[in-house]
Amino acid sequence: MKLLSRKATCNSHGQDSSYFLGWQEYEKNPFHEVRNPAGIIQMGLAENQLSFDILESWLANNPDAAGFKRDGESIFRELALFQDYNGLPSFKNALVEFMAEIRGNKVRFDPNNLVLTAGATSANETLMFCLADPGEAFLLPTPYYPGFDRDLKWRTGVEIVPIHCSSSNGFQITGSALEEAYQQAQKRNLKVKGVLITNPSNPLGTTMSRDELNLLISFVAAKDIHLISDEIYSGTVFDSPSYISITEALMDRNLELTNVWDHVHIVYSLSKDLGLPGFRVGAIYSNNATVVAAATKMSSFGLVSSQTQYLLSVMLSDKKFTSNYITENQKRLKKRCDMLVSGLKNAGIGCLKSNAGLFCWVDMRHLLISKTFEAEMELWKKVLYEVGLNISPGSSCHCTEPGWFRVCFANMSEDTLNLSMQRIKSFVQSITTDGDSRNRRQTVRNSRRRSLTKWVFRLSSYDHEPER
Amino acid sequence: MAIEIEEPSAGLSRVAVSETHGEDSPYFAGWKAYDEDPYDESKNPSGVIQMGLAENQVSFDLLEEYLEQHSEAANWGNGISGFRENALFQDYHGLKSFRKAMASFMEQIRGGRAKFDPDRVVLTAGATAANELLTFILADPGDALLVPTPYYPGFDRDLRWRTGVKIVPVHCNSSNNFQITPQALEAAYNRAEAMNIKVRGLLITNPSNPLGAAIDRPVLEEILNFITQKNIHLVSDEIYSGSVFSSSEFVSIAEILEAQNYKNSERVHIVYSLSKDLGLPGFRVGTIYSYNDKVVTTARRMSSFSLVSSQTQHLLASMLSDTKFTENYIKTNRERLRKRYESIIEGLRNAGIECLKGNAGLFCWMNLSPLLENPTREGELTLWNSILHEVKLNISPGSSCHCSEPGWFRVCFANMNQQTLEVALKRIHDFMEQTKIKKNLL
Repeated sequence: MKLLSRKATCNSHGQDSSYFLGWQEYEKNPFHEVRNPAGIIQMGLAENQLSFDILESWLANNPDAAGFKRDGESIFRELALFQDYNGLPSFKNALVEFMAEIRGNKVRFDPNNLVLTAGATSANETLMFCLADPGEAFLLPTPYYPGFDRDLKWRTGVEIVPIHCSSSNGFQITGSALEEAYQQAQKRNLKVKGVLITNPSNPLGTTMSRDELNLLISFVAAKDIHLISDEIYSGTVFDSPSYISITEALMDRNLELTNVWDHVHIVYSLSKDLGLPGFRVGAIYSNNATVVAAATKMSSFGLVSSQTQYLLSVMLSDKKFTSNYITENQKRLKKRCDMLVSGLKNAGIGCLKSNAGLFCWVDMRHLLISKTFEAEMELWKKVLYEVGLNISPGSSCHCTEPGWFRVCFANMSEDTLNLSMQRIKSFVQSITTDGDSRNRRQTVRNSRRRSLTKWVFRLSSYDHEPER
Repeated sequence: MAIEIEEPSAGLSRVAVSETHGEDSPYFAGWKAYDEDPYDESKNPSGVIQMGLAENQVSFDLLEEYLEQHSEAANWGNGISGFRENALFQDYHGLKSFRKAMASFMEQIRGGRAKFDPDRVVLTAGATAANELLTFILADPGDALLVPTPYYPGFDRDLRWRTGVKIVPVHCNSSNNFQITPQALEAAYNRAEAMNIKVRGLLITNPSNPLGAAIDRPVLEEILNFITQKNIHLVSDEIYSGSVFSSSEFVSIAEILEAQNYKNSERVHIVYSLSKDLGLPGFRVGTIYSYNDKVVTTARRMSSFSLVSSQTQHLLASMLSDTKFTENYIKTNRERLRKRYESIIEGLRNAGIECLKGNAGLFCWMNLSPLLENPTREGELTLWNSILHEVKLNISPGSSCHCSEPGWFRVCFANMNQQTLEVALKRIHDFMEQTKIKKNLL
């Protein structure tokens, strides 16, 4: 037969991982307040649905932006023909200003150093193509966003070597963990080209401390490698400690004229902060002219629709809108996070103390039958089938300690979030009070479900987007 | 074209520093000359006229009219859920309503002679992304795709740059109007074998860029035989399918497959886009249509790197599901392109220049070989330079399209208004007159 390429037949797209089973179950039985109140609540989707009303009201007051009009005049033709990979200047200007505003205007960005891409998914892959050859490696702190396994490795042939972080210090990156990862790569004969961090972190929901940032900067400078800072959640910092972006950290150390300045690259997107994942708006920011030039040409393979660039250029140029949006959005995220944290606390479940993101990193180690990933999977399935919540198991994020789960809070209504907290509370109560008889019945149910699950795993490679 | 690989600078990848993006070719120098001195009817009447850009600007009024009458396509209507749902929609399956509209549009373009299943439509950010994606799926680094010459210069980047796949040209020439022959296909395949390169597929553009002509049915059948016999894939880039001047003259590979009950069709994949037919290159709307389930599934997953904006999908789903609009658009657009084509052919003929007989596209394939001082690539580039700097027309030299015969040029006619086209024709006419005079004096 006409064979396909190795890329097409391998599994690096990552879609056969257990992560997707949860999605499948949710789609078969989705929660709905009225139509299906016993259904599965989706808590595995890092979407920001809290501030759409602010966007909708802006759209209602500014109909020209979506209507292809500028100053009342139609610019439809101009936009329809605009496919310049340098991007719409008015959009890039507005976007870099928005990025600066998110960083408290402590830093400034040059639109000429910005490359637009169809989402951060495209940005991250493009940076891999620019910075590493097939077979080379990037170091990533664990736990990390499951999608990276596909985005960074699939078509590029680049390897990921994990930097192991543990709960003993709140999953912070340490000097020894960095060194160990580097050595591990050497052992595997992999040339390390850089480190990729997500700050604020997915799935931890925390911002990096200045110490961590300084550690990273010194590390990449010493090894003469790159540092990619994926700052896709930078607008979701809702609590102290305040956000220190990589740019700020570099400037505070007066590193603007040094080599390391050229080796640091930022990834951004409007999918999380503005809640617009469908519009495919991502960006690479770099002070390295060669990287900008190469990435710009590569962006031909994933340009942002000019229709969308124009709409957002008008929206983000409205400073009244942006300052109100940023503040209000953060307020709402904090309220939601607090709700989730207290709801979980009420059920005797703790979380990593967080100050950003659209999710919490939840500690369910005490609910595991054993300190193993098998037990984590069992617990995850129980939560999925019995409690009716789809949450993300830490193993799918390559966490080295079993028992941690990522739980999203910004993609549903307050009532739904409250309901999910009630369900968890009942579940915890039931396992802790009714121990033995439940366990016996559970064992039978478990083994039936185990064989069903194995069958499902073997036959399905479920088709869905991995969610951040 | 040699790929120069320098020592990776500042720790960048080989791909980043290679020249395979192709942007240093003379093709782009013409662009530069235009950018520095662009023609404008009133502000710069002696500037360079851009005839190297295959854009379709002849039917915008129809699109604008549609938008005026259907504002909800662009602004999500008044429903609350409209905007949110659309803004959140990032499913790589694509909006079902849009896929259905695309499939139906593609059927209409082919006069209903082929059916398309919306579930086989994979959306990508433009045909640029579609072609690269297919290459990643069908070939491994070091393998090759056969591509008939002359071909679209962008393929050098789209098919090769990040994929590491090679292009082996299938040489076509003017002796038979540049048609693809089984001999040329065999020769290319054998050349690849001799170099120890594994051929994974053949990529054709139908209608052809830069020839501006649709491929005949018998040739398509021969092509299908060839790829079946060699057990390789066929990619048919049909991006100009809606720009054929007369519906009956275009035969899509889809029609031939349908006629043979889809036997052996899992090796065939079609690429399409709205950039040429609808004149919307800025919106980044491309598609891969494959008869191979595994390719559809893999392409869909890979499209994550180049999804179409949901805002744009929403707009176009509305527009393309309106069959009254699409029928009228296809018919009118075709008619206007045909008229433009006829006027340029006549104008060129009056200047003593012949073109390849064309029936599609946004350009014609012009033969200036009689004017070459030397029948070589250098001779062609010299002529091209004079036309660029003296006649002030940016046209595309055949060598940039890897044409094996010097002296042919691609001239676009749909990216300007009629008056500008006439100015361009006058300049060509004058240039030819001067050239004749010069020749008589020698």
